[in-house]
Amino acid sequence: MKKYLPLYEIFIRSKNGLHHKHVGSLHASDPQMAIMNARDVYTRRQEGISIWVIESKDITASNPTDSDAFYAPAEDKVYRHPTFYKLPDEVKYM
Amino acid sequence: MVNKDLLNYTIQLADDVMILGHRVSEWTGHGPVLEQDIALTNISLDLIGKARNLYQYAAKQEGNGKTEDDYPFKRDAREWTNALLVEQKNGDFAQTIVRQFLFDCYHFYHLKALSKSTDEQMAYIGAKSVKEAKYHLQYSAEWMVRLGDGTEESHSRMQQALGDKIHYFEELFIPTKSESKLLKTGIAPDLSLIREKAYAKLNAVLQESTLSLPEDIFPQQGGRKGNHTEYLGFILAELQYMQKSYPNLTW
Repeated sequence: MKKYLPLYEIFIRSKNGLHHKHVGSLHASDPQMAIMNARDVYTRRQEGISIWVIESKDITASNPTDSDAFYAPAEDKVYRHPTFYKLPDEVKYM
Repeated sequence: MVNKDLLNYTIQLADDVMILGHRVSEWTGHGPVLEQDIALTNISLDLIGKARNLYQYAAKQEGNGKTEDDYPFKRDAREWTNALLVEQKNGDFAQTIVRQFLFDCYHFYHLKALSKSTDEQMAYIGAKSVKEAKYHLQYSAEWMVRLGDGTEESHSRMQQALGDKIHYFEELFIPTKSESKLLKTGIAPDLSLIREKAYAKLNAVLQESTLSLPEDIFPQQGGRKGNHTEYLGFILAELQYMQKSYPNLTW
């Protein structure tokens, strides 16, 4: 089965102005079928207006064992947070 | 006064999608993969939803305390006027897809035309359902090509399914007496125009699918007059089981 139906990761944009968000994965034989399947599996309750699909094998992920080296050093560097700016109310979705 | 022709026509359109919706729903929980299980269930729900709209409209026309439930649950096979195609067995996935595709070829163009009906309610139902049917046609056509132009096995199964089901295609384009009368007042669309478009779509998709129509086609009909194949009785036995066992049962 896996040989014929590889796994795809599905990204859905819920409305204009928002970014695509990962919602899950499904099996399909090619990107076109993945989009149709995603429509059927992930947009049944009006969750989205746009779909992106990508074959899971094409995603390169960071290794959990690298956590210490990757993320820990940022812990004590509060000056990197842009908390000194005032955001106007009109700017949504930040 | 009840327009008998409009009532017959409303029920006939409802019966097509009710029975096909029920047939497709039989896949729920049995789909070949999860994704297709949901896809077929979605289609089934679309079809049953449209059937409800039409049965509600029929009940409104008839009055006398009729409800949408009376039509699907309290009529015997001879009173059903669905086309024979929609009651045919699910068979394997190929058989289901071919049946769906043939119906979608008719259904999409029919709804497109129905949305211009001079009857306001019919036009509304047509316009609402045509978006769903557009997706159904896209879905089934996609599978026609995938499986038809797929492996040797999938091709032969699709060719077999086409040979089994094509005999029931033509019936969809034969107007009933009521329908012919409604055509004159612009309520029912002209089936001969829909037939042209449906065949054009069918031929285009068959070519892409590397499938071909069998040389001998024996058009079957009778459903519109209540003369059904052996399968409808079994469908109704399941569909109407609760009402038959416990008459007038309500939730």
